[in-house]
Amino acid sequence: MVKHELKQGRTTLLIWTAVIAFMLALCVLIYPEMETQMGDVSSMFAEMGGFSAAFGMDRLNFGEFMGFFGVECGNILGLGGAFFAALLGISVLAKEEKEQTAEFLLTHPVSRRAIVGKKLVSVLIQILLLNISVAGVTAASIWAIGESPAFRPLFLLFLAYLILQVEVASVCFGISAFLNQGGAGVGLGLAALLYFLNIIANLTEQVRFLKYATPFSYTESADIITEECLDVKYLSVGLLFTVIGIGVGFYRYCRKDILS
Amino acid sequence: MDAIKTTSLTKYYGKSRGITDMDLTVAQGDFFGFIGPNGAGKSTTIRTLLGLIAPSDGNAQILGMDIGRQKEEILSRVGYMPSEASFYRSMRVGDIIKFSAELRRRDCSAEAKNLCERLELDVNKKIRELSLGNRKKVSIVCALQHMPELCILDEPTSGLDPLMQREFYAILEERNKGGTTVFVSSHILSEVQRYCRHAAVIREGRLLASDSTERLGHTDAKRVRLRGTKLPLELPYVKDVQTEGDSVSFLYGGNLKELLNVLAGMSLTDVSITEPDLEEIFMHYYS
Repeated sequence: MVKHELKQGRTTLLIWTAVIAFMLALCVLIYPEMETQMGDVSSMFAEMGGFSAAFGMDRLNFGEFMGFFGVECGNILGLGGAFFAALLGISVLAKEEKEQTAEFLLTHPVSRRAIVGKKLVSVLIQILLLNISVAGVTAASIWAIGESPAFRPLFLLFLAYLILQVEVASVCFGISAFLNQGGAGVGLGLAALLYFLNIIANLTEQVRFLKYATPFSYTESADIITEECLDVKYLSVGLLFTVIGIGVGFYRYCRKDILS
Repeated sequence: MDAIKTTSLTKYYGKSRGITDMDLTVAQGDFFGFIGPNGAGKSTTIRTLLGLIAPSDGNAQILGMDIGRQKEEILSRVGYMPSEASFYRSMRVGDIIKFSAELRRRDCSAEAKNLCERLELDVNKKIRELSLGNRKKVSIVCALQHMPELCILDEPTSGLDPLMQREFYAILEERNKGGTTVFVSSHILSEVQRYCRHAAVIREGRLLASDSTERLGHTDAKRVRLRGTKLPLELPYVKDVQTEGDSVSFLYGGNLKELLNVLAGMSLTDVSITEPDLEEIFMHYYS
């Protein structure tokens, strides 16, 4: 069942992995040229008030590799990974009804709980495969330009994005159990909403509480690079959302009437 | 032990009726037809039996097992063919058949090969390249390759050409002779009359009748065909009047002597009085 799911999703996985890895590699490979032009621009980026704070540029030095990589990585792996995870999660259960294969699958002697569990495992494997591939390509690109950034913040950045993708996929997985048509729009919309919630929360103290609602809060590259750790309070809430998403997915799908 | 036994089985979709108080019994080893028009509740009954939808009330047993508590055990011993044969479009026929066997944790390769040969199914084709008839064949192989004790087949022959329909029923008859219970939902009454020993009629979610096809086909009503007149007779108990050219045909449920008295006074070129077939009786139920 897991093998079947992986086979079904391999083209999507390959495309998303290739696009995200290519963008990140491109970003790393142009850094040496950007570095020479960044001296003056870096201070300008840091002095744009709320806009700089929204993207963490007030605390990162664009003239340094990790500062540059942290912001770019946030935009490419953060948003790209979240979109990929949302698409995976939102479609994994609903696609069987949308493509009218649910009747075929669910009339075999496999419990719904096992099917849902194996589908979830396949989602997690695909997310892991994407992140390992992207991290590998990024590492090779960094080596190619001769940079040697500190391992810990780089590792924590990738770990944070991995956890973010798992959370987004899990929440979408829960929603997927309620859908019987494709929910790509819902998934992508949710991922985009979570991304912008974090930016809005960074703009003003009055809506800082929104950071608890979005997983992008614990992937702030400025926090990770300067503190060299992940923010446990946001991470804990993210874990709670993950567990709720998965729990709701199992609960709903195991009791759902399959009508097509 | 019955192959299928439902007691007051009821399913509502919100306020919409699915099936109501369904009491259906299918004996093991039977060849059973399940007849009803679109929306009568045939598929709802079948989906409830297979655990795809949960009953609102009542209960059901398949091969002596409860459909709620022993679903996986039931599904391992049942072969199901849905009315709409949909599969993963990018997969090849052979891979679908193998995947179905793997989900059953069985090696069904020998029987799958035999069925594919008999149904002239090309296992190398992709699902997206198949016609409805060929997708139906894939569905047949998936439903039968593991030699189930009970076959539940929902409108199985739609899309199959007449030769394949014949081959399909030949396979089912062989399986039935070997002890397999066959439960077929169908619109094609001649099919049910020809192959099924027992049948049930369902309408608007309720079971109207369940009996041997022979007894269901037996009724006091007669099909009367008259040539040489197209005037409807002035008689009670006349139904389903059809006129064509100089002929008239109708179902007559009254006293035969009265009918013959009326006919004796008419100048007719031909008269035939026959038992109506199951299709006519079916129409009679739904009129």
